[in-house]
Amino acid sequence: MTAPARPPALNSAGLSKTDYKGLPSTLCPGCGHDSISSRIIDAAFQLGLRPHSVMKLSGIGCSSKSPAYFLNAAHGINTVHGRMPSVATGAMLAQRWHTAIGVSGDGDTGSIGIGQFKHLVRRNVPMVYIIENNGVYGLTKGQFSATADEGQHLKYIGTNELPPLDLCAEAIIAGAGFVARSFAGDAKQVTELLKAAIAFRGMAVLDIVSPCVTFNNHDDSTKSYAYGKEHEVPLHDITFIPDYAEIMVDYDPGDVISVQLHDGATVQLRKLGRDYDPASRLGALALLENSKHTGELVTGLLYLDQRRPTLPEALHLPELPLALLPEDLIRPSRESLEGVMAGFA
Amino acid sequence: MTQPAPRPAAPVRPVVNDFTINVATVNGSGSQTSNATLVDALFHMGIPVNAKNIFPSNIKGLPTWYSIRVSGDGYTARRDHAEVLVAFNAKTLDQDLRELPTGGVMFYPDHLKPSAPRDDVSMYPLPVNAIMKEQNVDAKFRDRMMNMVYVGALAQVLGIEMDAILDYLNRNFAGKAKVVASNYDIARAAFEWCAANVVKTDPYSVQRMNATTGKILIDGNTAGALGAIYGGCTVVAWYPITPATSLAEGLIEWMPKLRRDPHSGANTFAIVQSEDELAAIGMLVGAGWAGARAMTSTSGPGISLMAEFAGYAYFTEIPLVVWNIQRMGPSTGLPTRVSQGDLLSTYYLSHGDTKHVVLLPGTPAECFEFGWRAFDLAEALQTPVFVNSDLDLGMNIWMSEPFAYPDRPIHRGKVLRAEDIVALGGSFARYRDEDGTGVGPRTLPGTDALGGAYFTRGTGHTDAATYSEHPEEWLKNLRRLDRKHEHARSVVPAPVISGGGARTGLINMGSTEPGIVEARALLDRAGLRTDALRVRALPFCQDVRAFIEEHEEVVVVEMNQQGQLAILLRTEYPEFATRIHSVAHCDGLPLSAAFIAARVQDALTAPQPEEVPA
Ligand SMILES: Cc1ncc(C[n+]2csc(CCOP(=O)(O)OP(=O)(O)O)c2C)c(N)n1
Ligand code: SF4
Repeated sequence: MTAPARPPALNSAGLSKTDYKGLPSTLCPGCGHDSISSRIIDAAFQLGLRPHSVMKLSGIGCSSKSPAYFLNAAHGINTVHGRMPSVATGAMLAQRWHTAIGVSGDGDTGSIGIGQFKHLVRRNVPMVYIIENNGVYGLTKGQFSATADEGQHLKYIGTNELPPLDLCAEAIIAGAGFVARSFAGDAKQVTELLKAAIAFRGMAVLDIVSPCVTFNNHDDSTKSYAYGKEHEVPLHDITFIPDYAEIMVDYDPGDVISVQLHDGATVQLRKLGRDYDPASRLGALALLENSKHTGELVTGLLYLDQRRPTLPEALHLPELPLALLPEDLIRPSRESLEGVMAGFA
Repeated sequence: MTQPAPRPAAPVRPVVNDFTINVATVNGSGSQTSNATLVDALFHMGIPVNAKNIFPSNIKGLPTWYSIRVSGDGYTARRDHAEVLVAFNAKTLDQDLRELPTGGVMFYPDHLKPSAPRDDVSMYPLPVNAIMKEQNVDAKFRDRMMNMVYVGALAQVLGIEMDAILDYLNRNFAGKAKVVASNYDIARAAFEWCAANVVKTDPYSVQRMNATTGKILIDGNTAGALGAIYGGCTVVAWYPITPATSLAEGLIEWMPKLRRDPHSGANTFAIVQSEDELAAIGMLVGAGWAGARAMTSTSGPGISLMAEFAGYAYFTEIPLVVWNIQRMGPSTGLPTRVSQGDLLSTYYLSHGDTKHVVLLPGTPAECFEFGWRAFDLAEALQTPVFVNSDLDLGMNIWMSEPFAYPDRPIHRGKVLRAEDIVALGGSFARYRDEDGTGVGPRTLPGTDALGGAYFTRGTGHTDAATYSEHPEEWLKNLRRLDRKHEHARSVVPAPVISGGGARTGLINMGSTEPGIVEARALLDRAGLRTDALRVRALPFCQDVRAFIEEHEEVVVVEMNQQGQLAILLRTEYPEFATRIHSVAHCDGLPLSAAFIAARVQDALTAPQPEEVPA
């Protein structure tokens, strides 16, 4: 006996969850990035966003491919490596009222793109900036990114001798008003943080630890995996794709848990307690500095400050987006040109 | 105001309104006001004038020259020699004097002693220190004010009207009566000293005419900025670099004056000084994708940095406008010297088979016109448009007709709105070529219709904008982009052709134009009649081919070393390769007419270039 088909639940925009789906993912099964895509879908659905008013942006990397896998009906742009921040800046100057969701990797943001990232934050472009942080370059098959742990070893690259950049600390120093860290497997926390970030009026940075199931894996193989044939999207860039289940965690504020990754390594997650005050910039930085020494990864909303004007505000842009201004507002009159010319006579 | 005092007649035939003044000063000594005063006064006496600042890449202390060409015939090209020298830089005094032609004239402070005075030039020492003392000039302003001495001296000896000088000072320092007076008093004192003491032995003088009525004096960068403003530019992202900075500064100066919403007072534009050129073009990509008219101004090193995004915008078909004010490369090169060396690098900028639309303005009026047309072209063709100006055109002051108001409404190209998508049944093919132009329809973010969104990507895609690595799809896409490039030929600015019926044709571009105009007159006098074509855009219009076909010999004149325009012409028209001769030269200075004329004659007698293999 099958249950009678129930009509899909609709949100405040009158849309169902399927309306927020994207194309089938071509990432490795079990990749943390796919969990984050699902959370973006959840958050957008729960908030009742109208997909057409969302701009999804990314750089280059496995992570940066993911905008294809959520919100099909949103306008999307997959840009060049490390430079999505400048594209997002231009797009938000042109169409200031959109919900911009940028997805980037730790290589994309922390290595090649660190300069643009810091300037994006400094300009307070109103958008959600998600870093899908796996400590490696996925798409180029396992090199160190700037967030890789000191002492970490990778098969072909050797040992990482350098300390990692903490992108949350970088964001706070550069002036971000909303800075949070989470873990891809913590569905509840990621969704809640995403909803808050989307609602935030200004630059919101979300650094989400998102394990790479393939290149955190020390197994060595040249086998190729022809997943995705039915999607007409042959995969050329991943040589070996083990099929791992997504890691899921659920824990309470204030708790610390250990999570084992697919390669056997563990991360310690500490969820910020309910009494943590995210209003203090120094407090947030101290917390991050401290967690470096304890080896824990603190998750939750680290820093919140609503006071800085956004870039469109600072530039005194009109209510009507620049891209949509009518000709009489953007082309000065014939008489005005005569006046200008008289000044050069 | 008094006119020059009567003095002994010049010993040789007078030369009226036809000479060049070379003002040698020390960079940073504040000679801009004095030089601008001279140019403006001559212009307002109705005499055609052109001014070039030959300056070093330095803020203070190095030699700088300001070359003012006075030409009753209206010629504005640089000349190889100046007859009138203002030698106010001790370090270059001797060299500058050596370069004066026989019969030339030199004005210099009497405390500077040339080590080899010449008796074949008129030497006018000026009591600069005495005048400064007598006028009680504060030591702080001495260097700067000293320059007004040569203004007064030139006025007296050459016949520049003091009224015109005062008039300029009044306009330039409007509301600052004290500044006007202090400058004018020094000029006046020098004028009077010369009237009483200089025995004029040189033949040079100016006389009022009316050849500048209705004209304006303006630099190309200001013109380009104004053009962009009248073109509805809404997003500017830029990074400082000489000689492109003054274009951005023109936008910063004029945008607030011309483009505030009268009702809300809001800016109808955004100007962002980016952290580098990569970010500048990235912002244009985002803004252009989202529907703004976005532009930047930069120069060679910035162009190099923009390569990846330029190819991205070409392939994703995002409109944007890049002004490249060319300076001398390769590398840092001569940062404050002119060149046309970026033709090939902008045309093919980025990796893979990328080919861009490049506009080549040759006058300030064209800088203005291309300023607004670049946006129409970028949006019509959905592609980056480069405007290759250069330092000479961009930073120097030129006479121009007042600019013409855009002759057509702003055109946004093939943009589908929500209702169009609905009418199409809820889908559209972003990259489908319906009309053979190679240009498909696009939607802007925010288009509120099911099926109105698409995913923009630099990776291979089908005409419906979905990811594809299929060889056939790839070829289809690139062939369409080629078609678009072909279509561009018919919509970019056509070349300007002059003359007709000669067997020899000259081809040039950009700021070599005044040199060509004058060189043709020289060649005519030497018995060589020429026609001329000035290319104003890449890809070449059909007329370019026709011109080459119609001429037995074609000489391509350009300011770079490799002959980049000639290379492109030979590549594009291999069947005519052997009749295309190249005169390519660049030493950082604008080409003079005499140089062009001589090199054109050489080129025509030189052995033919090798046949290009088929
Ligand atoms: C200019 C440029 N340099 C290098 C590359 C090659 N590349 C592609 S993805 C990538 C690293 C991606 O790593 P990350 O951002 O951490 O994302 P992940 O794949 O791990 O999700 C690199 C170096 C490129 N595409 N462009
Ligand atoms: S290589 Fe790593 S980051 Fe890339 S899709 Fe696979 S698991 Fe994800």
